[in-house]
Amino acid sequence: MFAQQLVNGLFLGAVYALFAIGYTLVFGVLDILNLAHAAIFTAAAFVAFSLAAAGVPLPIAFVAATIVAGILGILLDRVAFAPLRRRNAGTLVPLISSIGVAIIIGAALRGIYGVDERHFTTGGLDTAPAIHAGPVTFTTVELSIFVAAIALMIGLSWVLRSTTLGRRIRAVADDRVAAALLGVNLERTIAATFFIASGLGGAAGVLTALRYNSITIDMGGPIELKGLAIIILGGMGSVTGAVIGAFVIGGVETLATAVGLSEWRDAITFGVMFLILVLRPTGLFGKRALRQA
Amino acid sequence: MAARTDPGARLMLVLDGVGVRYGGVDALRGVTLTLSPGRVLGLIGPNGAGKTTLVNATTGLAPLASGSIVLDGTRIDGLPPHRIARAGIARTYQNIRLFGALDVRGNLAAGHFARPDRLDATALERLLERAGIAGTPLDVQANSLPYGDQRRLEIGRALAAEPRVLMLDEPAAGLNPAETARLVETIRGIAESGVALLLIEHDMALVRAACDDVVVLNFGEVIARGTPSEVGRDPVVVEAYLGTGAESLA
Amino acid sequence: MSFLAEFYARHSQLIDQIGINAILALSLSVSLQAGQLALAQVAFMGIAAYVSTILAMQYHVPLVLTIVVAVLVASAAGALLAFPVRRLRGVFLAIATIGFGEIVRVLANNLPVTGGAEGITGIPNDATTPVIYASLAIVVAALFFLSRTKFALAVTLVREDEYAARGVGVDVGTVRLLTLALGGAIAGLAGALHAHSANYITPTDFGFATMEQVLVWCVIGGVTSPVGAVLGSTLLSILPEVIRFLADYREITNGIILLLVILFAPGGLSSLWRRGPIRVRA
Repeated sequence: MFAQQLVNGLFLGAVYALFAIGYTLVFGVLDILNLAHAAIFTAAAFVAFSLAAAGVPLPIAFVAATIVAGILGILLDRVAFAPLRRRNAGTLVPLISSIGVAIIIGAALRGIYGVDERHFTTGGLDTAPAIHAGPVTFTTVELSIFVAAIALMIGLSWVLRSTTLGRRIRAVADDRVAAALLGVNLERTIAATFFIASGLGGAAGVLTALRYNSITIDMGGPIELKGLAIIILGGMGSVTGAVIGAFVIGGVETLATAVGLSEWRDAITFGVMFLILVLRPTGLFGKRALRQA
Repeated sequence: MAARTDPGARLMLVLDGVGVRYGGVDALRGVTLTLSPGRVLGLIGPNGAGKTTLVNATTGLAPLASGSIVLDGTRIDGLPPHRIARAGIARTYQNIRLFGALDVRGNLAAGHFARPDRLDATALERLLERAGIAGTPLDVQANSLPYGDQRRLEIGRALAAEPRVLMLDEPAAGLNPAETARLVETIRGIAESGVALLLIEHDMALVRAACDDVVVLNFGEVIARGTPSEVGRDPVVVEAYLGTGAESLA
Repeated sequence: MSFLAEFYARHSQLIDQIGINAILALSLSVSLQAGQLALAQVAFMGIAAYVSTILAMQYHVPLVLTIVVAVLVASAAGALLAFPVRRLRGVFLAIATIGFGEIVRVLANNLPVTGGAEGITGIPNDATTPVIYASLAIVVAALFFLSRTKFALAVTLVREDEYAARGVGVDVGTVRLLTLALGGAIAGLAGALHAHSANYITPTDFGFATMEQVLVWCVIGGVTSPVGAVLGSTLLSILPEVIRFLADYREITNGIILLLVILFAPGGLSSLWRRGPIRVRA
């Protein structure tokens, strides 16, 4: 029973982590809160749905939707953040422009897909065989989702630690002016950051859609604020913190459900977030962690 | 809470054995000094000697690790910054901190915030005069003023609080020689109105012209004190300044 | 006169909505004017809506009294919230207050007394247009009165430079507490009016989407002035009606207009005619 909840928490946490990494990367690099992140999460799920409906196999649809989400991220930056960056508009104004983009994406999706719930009809999501491993049971779909999420996180970690791009991203997060003086192309690095951040957010959207075999226009709502709780717990700007925060929140949520407190789990999540902010605003890892990641 | 000082009072602000620690490092150690009404105390020392820290400690921005600060018989260390400001200690900042988006009038009104009344036209004009920028239009945005005038306006804002103690943190920084010379008049004028002044300054010529007494800080400790000419001859002081402007002391 | 009567008959719901939205926008503008990105308006609104509704329906308390009590409770909630968040600024304050809002919403969703997710229906529809606009007038008058006091100066100074504000004797902690309490009171007023005007309330009325909307109104209008808040909320409340002819493209147009205003007038619409320095009373 406990082992099963632990596994469920891991599955949930892995998807939360992908989403939260995207949030925290953008905050780490630009010090802004991107409230269009959940809209891109939802958009990617619908893109995957359309591709699957057109006969594209699910794994390929997943990869393609992730890339589309990344490109949407670059567009988001060009439209909502880049013009403001040039005149140092602070934190409030970009927050609002990201809400503007979120409204536009949401309205476009509603225009195209309507408000009804959609399902993947290919790939046999509902009839996926279950795997029994000792006391725990899960489906091959759940396992694939988990593997995909972990693979993306390992990939990101490699990019941030071992590539020139990763070094540039960390340099810009550390000190934008100094990075520019050292010859880092700011705009290109920020665009790459948005591609990665939104790609991961989109991947989280597709995986969430696959897990529940459900795609709805408002599927980004709950995770939008939960993502905030996660990055606060882990420490704003910290990738490692976001991953650990995601597994903690995922675990807490499944446990709350297991002990019959499912209606209260959001209150627990946000209560934890509030306490962390009040007692230790830098979270478990703080912003410095991204710079050292 | 009278702004004007009792002529009989010799001691206004007394720092006694003040120590401040920043992350395990002593920024100030056992600093004792006294500011008196009508007198200007120069605070000099190499960069990093703890001069601004002393002002921060006095105004409540840096907590004391040891010692006490007493204003007119009342301990003020440990009070929050706004209480200390209301007790009659005003300051300027090394890097000007005007309310840049507000106009000149707004900045003077801000300085006068803790006083019960409001500033009328005469009072505003008088403040600009005392700060040495008489005639500056009141509706000009503060950060569009010339640099030197911004420094002056910051002094005007501090005076608007009708302070008993005024601490000026490098008011001559960035000023040209003519402006610096006029600053001496401004500082002496403020002292003559009965305010106790502390002047942090690098320019020894200005210190000699404006200050009655000088305290020299090095590595957070007082290494010399006396009149400007005494201090200028002190070999310990010359030693501390070697390579960082010893010529200006000679 | 008959034209006006007809206009009112056709648009009374919108007219009421504009009044309530203006109050809501003013409540957030109190915090924003002090430079505090405190986004708990929906929590105060929700608390007051439920308090006022329960008093009216279960204890048959007269409308005005329910509103007064609800406003006091919401205001107290704002003052209490000020303590835990006293060290938080900027995005961190925003997130903490959003979290507070979510906690209140989940509570409303689960407590028996608030009717859970279905909320409460059949609330007497007695917040009429005159009641709403009289409330708005009281808020405007109170804010106008405050704008002539030193409190307004303190609020401006905290927004412009918190550090320097301390140096001239402003008690920043108290200013933050008072703006939260005042914002809470005004948001509470909007919440109580909403409950008695909409006939029913559910926890989703007080969710993050509503909070985002209020924030958008204020930023579009201009965060440094209450005039901007009312302007923003009114224009954006009317906008959907004006662009009704766009039918399916209405929402997307909404988003695009928001984006254009932000990109071309980051100080909000009220900044377009208010150039030059910020004026305060000396």
